Amino acid sequence: MQVQRQPTQQADTIDLMVNMGPQHPSTHGVFRVVLWIDGERIVRAEPHIGYLHRGSEKLCEGELYSQVITLFDRLDYVSNLNCELAFCLAVEKLMALEIPDRASYIRVILCELNRIASHMLFYGVYGLDTGAMTPILYGFRERERIQALFETVTGARMMHNYIRVGGLRHDLPEDFVPKMAELMDHLKRGVEECDDLLSNNEMFIARTKGIGPISGEDAIEFGVTGPALRAAGVLEDVRISEPYSIYDRFEFGIPVGTYGDCWDRYYVRIEEMRQSMSIIEQAMEQMEPGPTVSALRRITRPPKGETYMRTESPRGDFGVFLVSDGSDKPYRVKVRAPSFANLQALQHLFRNAYVADAVVILGSIDIILGEVDR
Amino acid sequence: MAQPQKPQRRREPEIPVAPVALDKKGDALLALLPEVFEAFDVEFGAAVDEVVVTAKPQDVPAICRLAKEDPRLDLTYLRCLSVVDYEERLEVSYHLFSLDKRHKMVLKASVPPDEPFVPSIVSIWRGADWFEREGHDLFGVVFQGHPNLAPLLLYEGFEGFPGRRSFPFHEYNEY
Repeated sequence: MQVQRQPTQQADTIDLMVNMGPQHPSTHGVFRVVLWIDGERIVRAEPHIGYLHRGSEKLCEGELYSQVITLFDRLDYVSNLNCELAFCLAVEKLMALEIPDRASYIRVILCELNRIASHMLFYGVYGLDTGAMTPILYGFRERERIQALFETVTGARMMHNYIRVGGLRHDLPEDFVPKMAELMDHLKRGVEECDDLLSNNEMFIARTKGIGPISGEDAIEFGVTGPALRAAGVLEDVRISEPYSIYDRFEFGIPVGTYGDCWDRYYVRIEEMRQSMSIIEQAMEQMEPGPTVSALRRITRPPKGETYMRTESPRGDFGVFLVSDGSDKPYRVKVRAPSFANLQALQHLFRNAYVADAVVILGSIDIILGEVDR
Repeated sequence: MAQPQKPQRRREPEIPVAPVALDKKGDALLALLPEVFEAFDVEFGAAVDEVVVTAKPQDVPAICRLAKEDPRLDLTYLRCLSVVDYEERLEVSYHLFSLDKRHKMVLKASVPPDEPFVPSIVSIWRGADWFEREGHDLFGVVFQGHPNLAPLLLYEGFEGFPGRRSFPFHEYNEY
């Protein structure tokens, strides 16, 4: 860390400018934030992003629709299937395409599993951020089980390229149902174990309760979505407010916090994992055999027009603004990444916080730099 | 003697246009809008499932404020702010959503690419800050009144606007 001295107008205090990142391990990627500190308090924070900018949106304009899906895998690299789903739904909406039921069910099951895997990663890493070493071992153990299942289904642990416009690449493997049952057994116990291990730990509460609060109005003003918005007491979930795919066929609860502080943001995610498991169980019950791909021409050519599709990714409202000129390549793809908007609120959250809490607050909004920088 | 064959003319296939499919809330909103935006020079339309309002760039902040504060619209949440380059014009789209009423609207404003000036809406939604900086970064749209239009995704001193269609990006050949 480099420290510079900067005298201010008041003669008696000195603001220190502290640079954090871009290679700081607690910034969850390459993210840099400059802090102005007065004693132990943060006066001002200025985030700098763009270290991971690959021009994904521009790259999409040069690829076929089927190739764009691979680029979406690499946006939010811990919830790949949710990103793929958002893009495919956008194209399907433009083409007014009917999706076979079985394909929709498989999509929902895998996306909810991906949500649990993503929250498990958050759980482990957040433990590290607050100074607890053990949770990462438990969080990664569960996440690894889910990724092993993904590998049997899609052939890849992370960059799946499994969801296609009009359905899926192929059907589930034959032994999916018993494997899924086994995984659910593990996950149910795993989530409870994780909850017992960290949530009510006295030191963890002392580090997170009342830290970095944000009100519901402020959160909406900043465009904060997902668990961070719900923790602030706003009931907003795209799966409820604008149901996409087949989410209107399931019964599930939306956890909502009270104070919008770090602990609320943490616990909303733990509760969301339980709700996701309930969705998966319902979907497994309702799912029936059938085709997984709709009748489609080999090359996707959506009609001329534009559409905005939003889905609930583990981090919040993941939107895709797709403009098509009727050719086989998209004319413009704009990704509204939830982490990008959530990260804007950081300046607000950091104001008047202690320096020691900076990492705790940053960890609680759970950013993925892949989708922030695109 | 074989007759000379006529050269077959390949006809360009007609490009279909995505049909408009507004839901009930969209229809209700479309019926309500002319009354709310009486004072402005705007056009109303629809794209697939969203109500589209096309306005003059200088009216954007006033319309945004009205959309946010009018209880009939209650569009409190700015979902997305995006710039699309249509070569002869740059189009700025504001996707708005009402968290209570659950209806949605798109506000659009077009500017010429050599004079891309749009008033900023940071004073209405603070969340527009980075979206506008990104639009300035990648497309060169100048959001007037924005407190800090420094590069966000690109590095200091980058020349050109990589989001625009005229910016070359496939400079290599695939073999």
